[in-house]
Amino acid sequence: MKLLEGKIAFVTGASRGIGREIAAVFARHGAQVVAHGRDEAALASLCDELEAETGRRPEVLVYDVRQTEEIKRAFQHIHARYRGLDILVNNAGIQRDALLGFVQPPLVEETMQVNLHAPIYHMQLAARLMARRGGGSIINIGSIFGTEGEAGQVVYAASKAALAGATKSAAKELAPSNIRVNAIAPGFIATEMTARLTEEQVAGRLANIRMGRAGTPADVAGVALFLASPLSSYVTGQVIGVDGGMRL
Amino acid sequence: MNAQTANEQKLRAIFASSLDIPEDQVQDSLAYNSIEQWDSIAHMALVAAIDEGFGIMRDTDDVIALSSFGKAKEILKKYGVEFR
Repeated sequence: MKLLEGKIAFVTGASRGIGREIAAVFARHGAQVVAHGRDEAALASLCDELEAETGRRPEVLVYDVRQTEEIKRAFQHIHARYRGLDILVNNAGIQRDALLGFVQPPLVEETMQVNLHAPIYHMQLAARLMARRGGGSIINIGSIFGTEGEAGQVVYAASKAALAGATKSAAKELAPSNIRVNAIAPGFIATEMTARLTEEQVAGRLANIRMGRAGTPADVAGVALFLASPLSSYVTGQVIGVDGGMRL
Repeated sequence: MNAQTANEQKLRAIFASSLDIPEDQVQDSLAYNSIEQWDSIAHMALVAAIDEGFGIMRDTDDVIALSSFGKAKEILKKYGVEFR
């Protein structure tokens, strides 16, 4: 029996990086994945790959998470198609570097819309579909910057710290409905987002990681699988660091 | 039994089951937080049960507006569910 057999899992930001790997791992463990993203070609490629591997094609939803009407439509579609939802991964996010002196309102607004507002609205609607199934698991992808802070990341760190607070609060509200809400706080994970760093910046990051290597999307997806599955049936309200012992 | 009466009975049964109260206690005036059983936690179960029972997914505004049994019928009419 696969860990997520028969489960419906909705993953936002699944076009690439951590979200893509989580969608892939969930599909390999038996879930029917609904993969959200903005890059249709990348999502189609993911679906082709997973269909060939698992015999089950993920469904793709393309929309802008800043648009609440589009979020609503996505959940109405999931309701119509699957009659419920078991797992939500709020992974879609943006990270724009800006030192405090250079922070401008559009940066704050867009970051908060994508990294905080959208996950809240997704949780709100997911909880309603999960309650019908007698429970579920919500996983928010945060960041070590949200717990530790980092120079040049005032806005991004604030959005992820707020998401951690939302996670813990939602966990308390939803526990009686058997809906678990947890967050993962990745450290330095090698993705396309980090590929733009200079060698010097990478060396600086690695020096702060006790395990001596960057994490991989698979490192994060493994913890997401744990949180999505019955293996974590008594775990809620937690922010789990996946950072190889990183200290900032 | 016509469809309107059946829908009312169905909604009353959902309220009674979700709030764990007798069906005869479910009247139009039954309101959120007016009885111990209809707290915020039961409200969530009630919302899910109504949507499930009638095969709909209401807008968040309509979920927030669900303040009484009478109001529930009014809201459901917007989604094509008929009542007397």
